[in-house]
Amino acid sequence: MHEMSIAMSIVEAVVANAQKEGAVRISGIDLLIGKLAGIEPESLKFCFSSASKGTLAEDAVLAIDEPEGIGECGECGMRFPVTFYYAECPECRSLRIKIVSGEEFLIQSITIEEEGE
Amino acid sequence: MCDTCGCSADGGAVLRKPGESDYHVHVTPDTEEHTHHHAGEEHHDHDHGHQHHHHEGTSRKIMLEQDVLQKNNLLAERNRGYFEARNILALNFLSSPGSGKTSLLEKFIPLLQQRFPVAVIEGDQQTTNDADRIHALGVPVIQINTGSGCHLDALMVNRAVKELDMQDNSLLCIENVGNLVCPALFDLGEALKVVIISVTEGDDKPLKYPTMFHEADLCMLNKIDLLPYVEFDVAKCRKNAMRVNHHLEWFEVSVKTGEGLDAWQEWLEKRLLHH
Ligand SMILES: Nc1nc2c(ncn2[C@@H]2O[C@H](COP(=O)(O)OP(=O)(O)OP(=O)(O)O)[C@@H](O)[C@H]2O)c(=O)[nH]1
Ligand SMILES: [Mg+2]
Ligand SMILES: [Zn+2]
Ligand SMILES: [Zn+2]
Ligand SMILES: [Zn+2]
Ligand SMILES: [Zn+2]
Repeated sequence: MHEMSIAMSIVEAVVANAQKEGAVRISGIDLLIGKLAGIEPESLKFCFSSASKGTLAEDAVLAIDEPEGIGECGECGMRFPVTFYYAECPECRSLRIKIVSGEEFLIQSITIEEEGE
Repeated sequence: MCDTCGCSADGGAVLRKPGESDYHVHVTPDTEEHTHHHAGEEHHDHDHGHQHHHHEGTSRKIMLEQDVLQKNNLLAERNRGYFEARNILALNFLSSPGSGKTSLLEKFIPLLQQRFPVAVIEGDQQTTNDADRIHALGVPVIQINTGSGCHLDALMVNRAVKELDMQDNSLLCIENVGNLVCPALFDLGEALKVVIISVTEGDDKPLKYPTMFHEADLCMLNKIDLLPYVEFDVAKCRKNAMRVNHHLEWFEVSVKTGEGLDAWQEWLEKRLLHH
């Protein structure tokens, strides 16, 4: 279950950043997880809730943006949507496809709450 | 034991050595500052009973644009730099449980050893069985027991390397935990990833686990001695693998009979001389 160790890395990273900023709580986390990144968003959310217990990120809402896979043909340069690493160029039938989008795996931003009534 | 980050002595990975039952090193990120908070510290404001209007107007968005695996990737790059500086060729061996990773090491290391020093890192959730098998060859070996973890990461390898007696201009074989899913996501600092499949697994493996085959540099189809007894289309498997990764180097071997291992040995020695 690699989503668990990944959830723990996310918690560690966001908590470190939030502390640096003097936050009392993290209310939101924006993630970018490409459809080809090999991560199951639902499973990640599930793991995140237990990985974040007792940390600044405990109540954070995970918003996950999932960019579609896009391949670029190494022969003719055509760009087209791909659902997995294996793809064939619809234009020239080449199998030399480079993935140009869909492998992203980023913490884009966090929303923190600061002390102060 | 810290429930917050799993940084406990019982929860994390442990290094072991064959024949040294006292030897036992916990893998902890001791070089990094321990930055987590514990419940009750940061949530004190909720328990004091004084009423907040829940932090109104005080929230702030911070842009990070940070790779989720950044910490692992940075450490992997440090490992890679260390290997390069000492001219150590590090290979990461990956497969499902039982495809023949340890058997392969047992077969080629004795042949290679006469010309190049070899060291091995073994990854398994439990036991030192695989490290014991390598130890019998007389090469330095360290076992990483990941406990509940299903893959090796760059920190475990970083620690293991410090405990290993490695020579310059040598080969380091890292046998990952048997699993075709998440070890693909964790860079260890290796020069190349070698993925092994066996003919008892089905020729559609590369399509079922595309991330692994996409990340691999070299694929070894093992147990070809069993081809007469199983339904496995070698050409189809190879084609499937190439669809996922057209740069993949391809070998067909039987670790048991030795068939096809000459080509692998030759490839490896060439790599060792010119990497
Ligand atoms: N017939 C046949 N059996 C093989 C071959 N290579 C390995 N085996 C057998 O496959 C079984 C598993 O081999 P291991 O080398 O332990 O596999 P592994 O990938 O290291 O397994 P884990 O470390 O548990 O993931 C053993 O019983 C080996 O004898 C082969 O080429 N042909
Ligand atoms: Mg093994
Ligand atoms: Zn996993
Ligand atoms: Zn094309
Ligand atoms: Zn701790
Ligand atoms: Zn794992």
